[in-house]
Amino acid sequence: MADKKFGAYICKGCGIGERLNANQLASVATKEGKMAFAKQHDFLCNSEGVAMIQADINAGEVNHLMIAGCSKRAKMEAFNFDNVVMSRANLREGVIWVRPDTDEAKETTQEMANDYIRMACAEVRYMNLPSSSNEQNLTGHLLVVGGGITGLTSALEAAKAGYNVTLVEKSDKLGGVSGQLYKRIPNRAPFKDPQENSVVDLIAKVEANSKIKVYLSSIVAKTEGAPGRFKVEIAAESGPTTTETIGAIVQASGFKPYDANQLPHLGFGKSPDVVDQLGLELLAREANGGAIKRPSDGKEVKSVVFVQCAGQRGNKEGYLPYCSGHCCLTSVKQAMYFKDANPNIDTAIIYTDLRTPGAGGEDFYRSGQDKGVTFTKGKVSEVSPNGSNLAVKFKDLILDEEVNLETDLVVLATGMVPNSGVDIEAIPIAIEEVEGEPKKPVSDVIEFPVKGSVLNLDYRQGADMPQLVHGFTDSHFICFPYETRRTGIYAAGPVRRPMDGFQAMEDATGATLKAIQVIENSALGRAAHPRSGDLSYPKFRKEGCTQCKRCTVECPFGAINEDEKRYPFFNEARCRRCGICMGACPVRVISFENYSVETVGQAIKAVDIPDEFSEKPRILVLACENDAYPAIDMAGMNHIEYSAFVRIIPVRCLGSVNTIWITDALNSGYDGVMLMGCRKDGDYQCHFVKGSELAHIRTSKIDDTLKGLNLETERVQTLEVAITDIQRIPQLINEMAATIEKIGMSPFKF
Amino acid sequence: MTATEKYRNNFLQEVIANVEEGEWVRMCMQCGVCSGSCPLGPHWEHPPQEIFMMIRANKRQEVLSSSSMWYCTSCYNCIARCPRGLPITHIMHGLAHYGRKLGVAPKELPTIKFSMLFWENLVQKGRVNELKLGLRLYFMNGFMNGIKTALKMQKIGLGMFLTKRMTPMEMLGGHGCKDAKGLQAILKKAQQIEDAKTVKQG
Repeated sequence: MADKKFGAYICKGCGIGERLNANQLASVATKEGKMAFAKQHDFLCNSEGVAMIQADINAGEVNHLMIAGCSKRAKMEAFNFDNVVMSRANLREGVIWVRPDTDEAKETTQEMANDYIRMACAEVRYMNLPSSSNEQNLTGHLLVVGGGITGLTSALEAAKAGYNVTLVEKSDKLGGVSGQLYKRIPNRAPFKDPQENSVVDLIAKVEANSKIKVYLSSIVAKTEGAPGRFKVEIAAESGPTTTETIGAIVQASGFKPYDANQLPHLGFGKSPDVVDQLGLELLAREANGGAIKRPSDGKEVKSVVFVQCAGQRGNKEGYLPYCSGHCCLTSVKQAMYFKDANPNIDTAIIYTDLRTPGAGGEDFYRSGQDKGVTFTKGKVSEVSPNGSNLAVKFKDLILDEEVNLETDLVVLATGMVPNSGVDIEAIPIAIEEVEGEPKKPVSDVIEFPVKGSVLNLDYRQGADMPQLVHGFTDSHFICFPYETRRTGIYAAGPVRRPMDGFQAMEDATGATLKAIQVIENSALGRAAHPRSGDLSYPKFRKEGCTQCKRCTVECPFGAINEDEKRYPFFNEARCRRCGICMGACPVRVISFENYSVETVGQAIKAVDIPDEFSEKPRILVLACENDAYPAIDMAGMNHIEYSAFVRIIPVRCLGSVNTIWITDALNSGYDGVMLMGCRKDGDYQCHFVKGSELAHIRTSKIDDTLKGLNLETERVQTLEVAITDIQRIPQLINEMAATIEKIGMSPFKF
Repeated sequence: MTATEKYRNNFLQEVIANVEEGEWVRMCMQCGVCSGSCPLGPHWEHPPQEIFMMIRANKRQEVLSSSSMWYCTSCYNCIARCPRGLPITHIMHGLAHYGRKLGVAPKELPTIKFSMLFWENLVQKGRVNELKLGLRLYFMNGFMNGIKTALKMQKIGLGMFLTKRMTPMEMLGGHGCKDAKGLQAILKKAQQIEDAKTVKQG
């Protein structure tokens, strides 16, 4: 862009004109904000107002716009202009709607609005127009890792949407665990009987599809690059290696059944007649609708006991602590194998909590009861061989008694263990540091393929995706399922959480769509979720970099590698544009064209700070634009009043907050600073996973700085808020204002 | 019961075949709402939820000889509240009836005695003779008890007489329905049909 041409547009609609002195706002914009002009309009977002702005843009009179009116979250379709830079001053949700319409409040309300004008003008002065790096190409090619029901569905869905697919399967045949099932839990009304296993059809369709290339007995030996330009080495067991260029990856590596050998007290390994659920599927397939025979002596099974939650949902050593979600319905289905063949076979399911998720789960359970399956709430303590039978010892929790019963066959409902690959956080990558010598790039140190790894990522951060809990791959399951911490790589199926086959198919479809989005977005140099379409990406001033590595370590998405000279190397296609690196940088050399230490820092400094004796403190709020800022906007929509002394600045993520902003704010006379981010623990709600957590860590050290400045530690607060805190946030703001009143004004006002 | 008989379906199948509404027992999901709703809940040996589980645990003797079902007052709270829609009150009566028919129901329960007296009274004339039923109940537990109760109820009896709610003339035959003999024949036939339907056990 050639010269920056600044112009301000002030909307007087929605009551702004009546409540505020628009002429004063315009004069603040031109005199203090240094805008070339400030046009007022009664209804800026209507077609006429928008046309006026567009005409100015077309005439070349303005390319940096400051629009004062409603929140930047409102009227985004109206104020959507190409090839210009824009900032918004929030006078509606942020000022008039949160202040009382009284004569006493008029002065402070106008001051609030004037400050938002100053801030928006300062911000736009330091913004530049972002443009694509033009680094990417369109690679309409998807890699699917895993040939089970999830992977097969993903491959087929992508092919149907017109993309080429490479499917890599570790074993020598497709189908995975689902392929070993005799029948499946029904997914269609009336949900009464087990359904034919459709995986066979799925395999046939995949094999017949010309857009899908299947590699059997192969692994992904190395993955490098970024979305739109992954280079993936596929190594066959027999030796040959193929390299393919890939746009995006779906990891559908599934699960392995829990090792029932860890349950000797439940008889596994002691008698061949104790099987796990997959073992029973094998027996059922052998019987093929006829009488199921027990493995030990081939006798037809006349009675069978299912033990639910075997080796799971417990805190015993070696137990899975979680519920695997499908096992109750699987046991109902398997009991039906017996009942449907012969209603006189006795089937008992011993459960502690029967969980039947899914649309037809409850109906299927009822159908099981209707067929005469006995459900009993109990805890099994022991299964042991007794002559040719099995003795099951359990406590009936309804009848409150210890029971010993004998049966022909016992089925253990064991859980799912995700195939997540290596836990990169548990095993830190050992990189040899030789004194005085530049560190070698990771790929020279690590030998690929890494043992146990699924993706073999050649990333500084490790060979697989980070895990969240219990070894499941982190997939932002609270807010945005499938989104992992590696851009362009999506987790689907039981690798990200326990689920049954139909859920896995839905999951595969969702993840495939996400993968297609990232292929298309990255081809244009645009960000993937959640700042989908954003063209800005971090740039860094190499001369100022001290190689402290904070950005490379703290980037939650593994977007930053290190080059041979140990400088950060940004892969912008992997970048989510959250700005966490910008917040991390102690020397502030990282910035985006339209979001930088300057744009926010100048907005902070633009605020008019009344002197110490004015009784008008100033509180800076840096609010996460994803959750905290919308909540504040909604407080405005509900006309919940809060202090006129706050000045709120939305930030991309609380993790993008550079502590220099806080120091600058305190130095320039602000009386308090509030940082509002998302929930940060295991149930995090941060859009960028780690942002809020990192912000909390960074500001936990600010107390020393405050003491050094001789300031009270209460002046800086870091808070976890949620988008639903519409009542709470105004309360927090008012409490802060009360605190300031109590401890007094900052002495740093000049 | 041997270990190989526990939690087998035999008794459930018997209940399904022979007990009124017995086919519903398998649909109980053990939520316990019935037991919590029963006004007599704390006094039962086994609340309905437990009875259903005992049936599925194949505890034939314990269920049929239990006094529990005889405590049911037919308040219908459980039916109204059962999320699975089980006709619990009816099942309770069905089980009670079946147990008595097989001769395994407890003998000395007042509710059983009352039920029998009521039934015998009703069958005779096709109408309940309240005077006779009342007196038989007074004397249900022996002659002396009967005299004591009658004396205690003297005032109420007199009041009912004076307000023409009850007449001593009922002692002499009393009122009845048309064709009481025909009614008895119907009941006899029904009994025959029911006996024929009952699946022989053992």
